[in-house]
Amino acid sequence: MKTAPIRVITTFSAGLAILAGAAAADPDADLVINDEIQIITRAEAPAHLEGALPEIRSGWTFRTRETQALQMDDFENPGFSAAEMAIEAWETAEGSAGKSCADCHGTVEEGMKGVRAVYPKWVESAGEVRTIEMQINDCRTNRMGAEEWKYIGADMVNMTALIASVSRGLPVNVAIDGPAREMWEKGKEIYYTRFGQLDLSCANCHEENYDNYIRADHLSMGMSNGFPTYRLKNTRLNALHDRFKGCIRDTRGVPFDVGSPEFVALELYVASRGNGLSVEGPSVRN
Amino acid sequence: MRKVALGVFCFAAGLTSAHAAEVAPLDVVFDESGYVATPLTDTPGDPEAGRKLMSNRANANCVACHAATDLADVPFHGEVGPTFDGVASRYPEAMIRGILVNAKNVFEGTVMPSFYKVDGFNRIADGFTTKPLVGEVRPLLTAQEIEDAVAYLMTLTD
Ligand code: HEC
Ligand code: HEC
Repeated sequence: MKTAPIRVITTFSAGLAILAGAAAADPDADLVINDEIQIITRAEAPAHLEGALPEIRSGWTFRTRETQALQMDDFENPGFSAAEMAIEAWETAEGSAGKSCADCHGTVEEGMKGVRAVYPKWVESAGEVRTIEMQINDCRTNRMGAEEWKYIGADMVNMTALIASVSRGLPVNVAIDGPAREMWEKGKEIYYTRFGQLDLSCANCHEENYDNYIRADHLSMGMSNGFPTYRLKNTRLNALHDRFKGCIRDTRGVPFDVGSPEFVALELYVASRGNGLSVEGPSVRN
Repeated sequence: MRKVALGVFCFAAGLTSAHAAEVAPLDVVFDESGYVATPLTDTPGDPEAGRKLMSNRANANCVACHAATDLADVPFHGEVGPTFDGVASRYPEAMIRGILVNAKNVFEGTVMPSFYKVDGFNRIADGFTTKPLVGEVRPLLTAQEIEDAVAYLMTLTD
């Protein structure tokens, strides 16, 4: 964990002074967390997008300056305190094997740095594409002899936040070739499928209308690099599949189940759209 | 709003609403451009009712995507669709009705939902509950609501 955060010096560009009011987003601000972790919030679009987006942008660039500021300092970021709550679980032996995460993986930094950046990924030993949540539950049941955590429950979300936090700054780099290809194709298909009575696809909102307001919401590119996200709207950390669920619900559609193969495929595809942006989780959004 | 015309419409509505004939969603007749020339009910649309329902979050929620100067009192206008300002000068009524019934017939691949359509949906839920819908699909707006919204939009000339 980080030690002594120094107060953030914001680096708003001079042009920003003309943006009036608290509501203005600052798409060009630099995100440096705790004055030390440089975050890539805009990057060249990955080749597989074939020009569908001119560049890729983190959801952070679409938020208001106030919301942006909360993520610049871990003392201000409520998602970070939630992540810290998982440190105890990391070190606590549980289950019939009497083992903790730390017993096998060492410190979080030692064991988990870089992990968030490459998940979901094909896990050869399991013969499937897995999310971090699936791996955590696999460790809990098979290696610790402990109970599974709920896929989007607080224990799980806090732990995934802790695991993400040690990869902050590293570029997302999920593999979409080889054995992961099939799931990626499936995720892509879901991304472009319209759901619900409003008949909207992920792409309708996040590819065709990013930067537009839909009612009071400023649409982002729907990137997953900031997950889990602390949302000011519900004042808790939100898992990615929870977000997917909410987005499909808003189409008056029936979401897939959290942890389902469909959402795992969608997660892989959405993550690949953000290849090149830094891991930001736990981030702050509204 | 045009107060005088409005009074007339309300009066007409009062007279005929009891057993108004209605075109069911599956019976709507479109021309090759997706326009719908024939009103969906024989009760003329009420522009004031249309204005109300279009700004209402629960019903049509048109302002989630569209802005209009005449609707400036409604907070949070969206930017996903074009502004309604002057729409009646741009488009004939049959086109506006067609857009409301099934926008995809008029603008291929559009983001705009279809408000008088009951088939062809994927994983449709019971409103925003996330639970699968059991029973018949009801269109997002009733025939009369479509006519009211059309009547309101027809007041928005340049
Ligand atoms: C009706 C419009 C709409 C549709 C359709 C939609 N979303 Fe969203 N989505 C939103 C809004 C509004 C937000 C909150 C503002 C933002 O970050 O864009 C959001 C946020 C997100 C976020 C969080 C981004 C961040 O930085 O925190 C992700 C990820 C996301 N959506 C993915 C998806 C996926 C995947 C789909 C399809 C299954 C989808 N969305 C469909 C409206 C939509
Ligand atoms: C989810 C977004 C969305 C919602 C909700 C929505 N619209 Fe639209 N609407 C659009 C888009 C996008 C267009 C532009 C058509 C295109 O080119 O794809 C459009 C076009 C129109 C047009 C043609 C305007 C012009 O100048 O081209 C009318 C009229 C219209 N909408 C009326 C309505 C009404 C009335 C409602 C509510 C009952 C509504 N819309 C709800 C997205 C929406």
